Amino acid sequence: MQIIEEIKTALMAGNMNKVKEGANKALEEGLAPADIINDGLIAAMSVIGVQFKNNEIYMPEVLVAARAMHAGMDVLKPLLAGDAVQDRGTMVIGTVKGDLHDIGKNLVVMMMEGAGFKVVDLGVDVTTEKFVQAVTGHKAQIVGLSALLTSTMAQMKGTVQALEPYRGQVKVIVGGAPVTRKFADEIGADGYAPDAASAVDRVRELLGVA
Amino acid sequence: MVLIVGELINSSRKTIATAIEAKDKAYLQDLARRQADAGANVIDVNCGTSFATEAVLMAWLVDVVQDAVDLPLCIDSPNPRVLEAGLTRHRGKALVNSISAGKERWKETLPLLIGYKASVVALCMDDGGMPRSVADRLRMAEKLVPGLTAAGLPEEDIYLDPLIKPLGVDGSHGPEALESTRALREKYPRVHLISGLSNISYGLPRRRLLNRAFALMGYTLGMDAFILDPLDRPLMSLLTAANALAGRDEFCLDYIAAERAGKLLE
Repeated sequence: MQIIEEIKTALMAGNMNKVKEGANKALEEGLAPADIINDGLIAAMSVIGVQFKNNEIYMPEVLVAARAMHAGMDVLKPLLAGDAVQDRGTMVIGTVKGDLHDIGKNLVVMMMEGAGFKVVDLGVDVTTEKFVQAVTGHKAQIVGLSALLTSTMAQMKGTVQALEPYRGQVKVIVGGAPVTRKFADEIGADGYAPDAASAVDRVRELLGVA
Repeated sequence: MVLIVGELINSSRKTIATAIEAKDKAYLQDLARRQADAGANVIDVNCGTSFATEAVLMAWLVDVVQDAVDLPLCIDSPNPRVLEAGLTRHRGKALVNSISAGKERWKETLPLLIGYKASVVALCMDDGGMPRSVADRLRMAEKLVPGLTAAGLPEEDIYLDPLIKPLGVDGSHGPEALESTRALREKYPRVHLISGLSNISYGLPRRRLLNRAFALMGYTLGMDAFILDPLDRPLMSLLTAANALAGRDEFCLDYIAAERAGKLLE
């Protein structure tokens, strides 16, 4: 589809207005909003994720692409009638208590939204209680914990333990510069991702969604 | 003259974490000497990735580095117990990195500064998190500077850190950092202003280029201390040149001496 390709190109170039125009044009052509989101916005964001993971593009290029994606979503989302796109799942995410780093966590938020998930971002310095409340309150299927300091990795362990009673409902994924797969296994997390694009892959695996 | 804190002995760098773990004295001492030779006035020591044993390692690291160079160290940890472990071993006047206006950190770090007569990097933040504006930073400085001086620390021993955020995350972070520098300098003519140079360039290509440009812009607006990589010769050359251009190098003698020592690089 020509128009879908145009949307993808515009999104990857971070051109917010062209993405909006493209979305409207695709609607005029009779495409379903869910298809435009899936084949246009989400597909393009996933390319961005891979390019970033491979160091082919820089962080600001991801940010501007995510902004363009949101511009497209703003046009299309109100037209959705609770179909496939919104059913991918809900993620609660935050940087653990005592840690104020948010760049990596924000990239994961963008990638997850770009992959069609609903994301509840609790921000930084998030207490274990807040994580537990949000997981139960939003009926999340996935919770993401970020830590950028060795001192706050210990906090991660406590949060994973506190989530124990809800592990039937929610999968736990962890990440952040000092976090390793080994550490993730040790504290009993379900998954570990070394970067934002991999986080999306890991979540999809854990939830068994495409 | 600009105060240069050499940043390279930091265990968030893999080679350093490995060297500290292996107690590789020779490697760490060589790196300390190279930074000193390149013009560092203070050597930062950080061993934060070894959380459980950080205090013990800090005491060891201070000894190792001060055996190699006759310079004060910048003892770098958010944990007051680790700071104290380093301070007990340190010879001369240490620079503590860091205190903030956060309640607990303030309460536990302040007595160390007074007890060991150390100077301090004071982060413009409190328990509310990172500053989001120039006004936030001024508000934090209004707690920090009077608080520290009231406790007996001279203004000359205070290094305010406005906390630099990456330009790649938000284009406003550059002007925010620079305007904060200008505003803090205007308000506190006698305190030092310090920043870690490399934060500004995170996520962008050719980071050293941005670091160098930012150093000059910050210096012009009143930044007078940097935590940086002193082995970056173009950066050090530019700062030496800037110092002369700002009229802080009488008859350009430092600049000429740097040239004689083969340190200036065009």
